[in-house]
Amino acid sequence: MKNNFNFSPASGLEVLKRRHRIGAIWKSIFFLATAVGILALIVLVSTIVNQSFGYVAVESKVDPATLSEKPLESLEAEELREILQANLSKLLLRRAEKQKLLEDRGKEDLYNLLMDQVVDYKIVKSWSLSASLFQKDRILAEKAQRYPNAKLEFKAWLNPGFLERTMSSRPELAGVRTALKGSLLLIFTTIISALPVGIGAAIYLEEYAHKDHWYNRAIQTNIENLAGVPSIVYGILGLAIFVRTLGAFTSGAAFGIPAETGRTILSAGLTMGLLILPIIIINAQEAIRAVPISLRQAAFGLGATRWQVIWSHVLPQAMPGILTGTILAISRAIGETAPLILVGASTFITSDPTGLFSSFTALPIQIFNWTTRPQDTFRNIAGAAIIVLMVALLSLNAFAIIIRNRYKKKTI
Amino acid sequence: MTALTSTSDNNSFAIEARNVHLHYGSFRAVKDVNLQIKARKITAIIGPSGCGKSTVLRAFNRMNDFVPSFKMEGEILFHGKNIYDPDVDPVQIRQMIGMVFQKPNPFPKSIYENIAWGARVNGFKGNMDDLVEESLQKAALWEEVKDNLKKNALTLSGGQQQRLCIARTIAVRPEIILMDEPCSALDPIATLKIEELMRDLSSSYTIIIVTHNMQQAARASDYTAFFTMEEDRAGVMVEYDITSHLFVNPKKKQTEDYISGRYG
Repeated sequence: MKNNFNFSPASGLEVLKRRHRIGAIWKSIFFLATAVGILALIVLVSTIVNQSFGYVAVESKVDPATLSEKPLESLEAEELREILQANLSKLLLRRAEKQKLLEDRGKEDLYNLLMDQVVDYKIVKSWSLSASLFQKDRILAEKAQRYPNAKLEFKAWLNPGFLERTMSSRPELAGVRTALKGSLLLIFTTIISALPVGIGAAIYLEEYAHKDHWYNRAIQTNIENLAGVPSIVYGILGLAIFVRTLGAFTSGAAFGIPAETGRTILSAGLTMGLLILPIIIINAQEAIRAVPISLRQAAFGLGATRWQVIWSHVLPQAMPGILTGTILAISRAIGETAPLILVGASTFITSDPTGLFSSFTALPIQIFNWTTRPQDTFRNIAGAAIIVLMVALLSLNAFAIIIRNRYKKKTI
Repeated sequence: MTALTSTSDNNSFAIEARNVHLHYGSFRAVKDVNLQIKARKITAIIGPSGCGKSTVLRAFNRMNDFVPSFKMEGEILFHGKNIYDPDVDPVQIRQMIGMVFQKPNPFPKSIYENIAWGARVNGFKGNMDDLVEESLQKAALWEEVKDNLKKNALTLSGGQQQRLCIARTIAVRPEIILMDEPCSALDPIATLKIEELMRDLSSSYTIIIVTHNMQQAARASDYTAFFTMEEDRAGVMVEYDITSHLFVNPKKKQTEDYISGRYG
C-alpha cells in the first residue's frame, strides 16, 4: 500500500511553511478588519469635531462694547434691564413687555432679549475647523468680499455657555441644557424601571422555569425576538399604552399634579425601559448561566434553599455580567430617537424638566431637530450637541464599569 | 417530618435503599439497588465509569432533583422514612446528609465565610467563631489556616480546599457525609490526608464515598459495594460486603475480574 502521508523532513518543512503562511494571511485579514473599524470611528469623530469649532463671521447692529464696559454675559439682571430700557425702541419694548414684564424676567432671559433685539448678534457664515486651520486666506478673502461689515471670530460651538443655555430659534443663542437634563432624567427613569424587572425575569427564567415546558421555551424565544424589534414599534406601543391609556398616571393627574398630557418623561422612560428590557434580560440570563454549576451544588449540598443560593452565590457572581449588559442597554437607550418622537418629546422647549411628570426634550431629538434646519449654523451646534451626547454616554458607562470592577474585586 | 428528626432508632443502618431504580428520562441509569449503609462506618462504592455509582450517591440526598428528567422508583429510608415522600423537604435532607464533591468547590469568599455561610442559612444561632474553629479542627485544617481566616478560600491548595469543603459540610451538623470521588483531583499526599480525615470522622459520622480508585476503597473503607453495568448500560449492584471480604474473597466472578484489574 502506498503511503500518501509523508513525514520526511524536507517536504514536512515545506508544509509547515505553507501552514504558517496561511496563518499570516488570516492574521492580516483580522488586523484589516480592526483597522477599518478604527478608521470609521476616527472619521466620525473628526467630522463632528470639524463642525463644532471654526471661524465665524459675525454681524451686529450695535457693537456690544458700546453698551457696557463689562462683557454682557457677566452683567447682573438689573444692569441688563437698564441697558434694555435705554436701547430698545418704544414699540419693541412694548412688544416685549406684552409677553412678559421686564421686571419678571430672569438674567438669562434678559440677556437673550438684549442679544436678540438690541445687539442683533448674527452669525452670517461659519467655517469648519479644517478650513479654519488650513485655508485662512480663503476665509479672509471670502469674508472681505461677501460680508464686509462682519467681524471674523474663532468660535468653539461647544463651550460652557452651550451647556447652560436653553433652546433658541437663533443658533448662536441656543444651548443644550434642557435637552441634557431631559436625557439624564430619561435614562435614570429607564434604568430604574428596566433593571429590576430585567434581572427579576432573568432569575426566574434561569433558576425557576423548567426548560422542558413549551411555554417557558416560547417566552424565551419571544424575548430573543423582542430584542430585535425596531425601536419605532416600541414608540407606537409607548404612545398607545403609556401616553394614551395610562395618561392619567403618566401625566401625574392621578397624583394631583396639574399636567396637560401623558407626554412626559415618565412615559418616555417606561417606553425606553421596555425597549431595553430584552437586552437586559438576555445579558443577565447569560451572566447567571455562567455561574459554575459546582458553586450551586455546593450551596444546595449544605441545605440551602434556592433563594439562599441565588442571593448569596448566583447574584454576586453574575453581577459583573449583568452590569455589562446594562452598559450596552444604556448605550442603546441614550441614543434612541424614534420612540421619543412618537411618545412626544418636544422639539422646542425652554424650561428645564422638573420631574417625572414634566414635558421634556432629549439630546438625540435636539440633534435631529437641528440637523433638519436650513441654516448652516445649526449644523455647527448639532455637532457640538453630539459631542455632549457622547461625553454623557461615556461618563454613564464609566460609572457602570467602576461599579462592575468593584464587584469583581469583591467576589474573586 | 417528625420521623426524620427522631434519633432513637434501634436500627444500626444510617440509610437504606430498597428496590431503587433511577432513570434519566427514558434511560434507566441504575436498576434495582438494595443497599443498607451501616451507621458510623465508611462505605465505599466502586465500579467502572458510567455504572451509576455517582447517581446512586446523589440519590441519597436528593441532589438528582436538579436534573429535570430524573425519576426514581423504590424508596430510600432515612430514620424509617422514605426521603422521596412528598411531605419530605429536600432542603432538610441535604442539611442532614451533606455532600463533598469531586472537584473542590469552595465559595469564592473568605475561609471563615465558607464555613459560616452554611450554618447561617440553616439558622445557626450559637457562637460562629467557635463553630468555625471546631469545624476546621475536625477537618484537620485549623492549624494551617487559623491565622488567615479572612483570606479568600480560592488561594488554598487543592487538598486544603477539599478539607475546607469537608469542614463546611461538618459545620451544618449532618449525620451522613456523601463523598463523590473527593480525591480524584488531588495529589497522593493530599489524598492520604483526606483518607486519614475520613477515618477520624467515621467515629461520629456515617460516610459514603464513591471512588474510582480500588486501593483507596480497600485502604479507607469498612464496607464496599461493587457496581457494574449490564448490556443496556443500566448500572447494577453486583456485590456488597465487608471491604476485607470483598477484596480478598469476592463471591461473584465479575467482582473478582474487576478488582484483579481485568476490566474497568
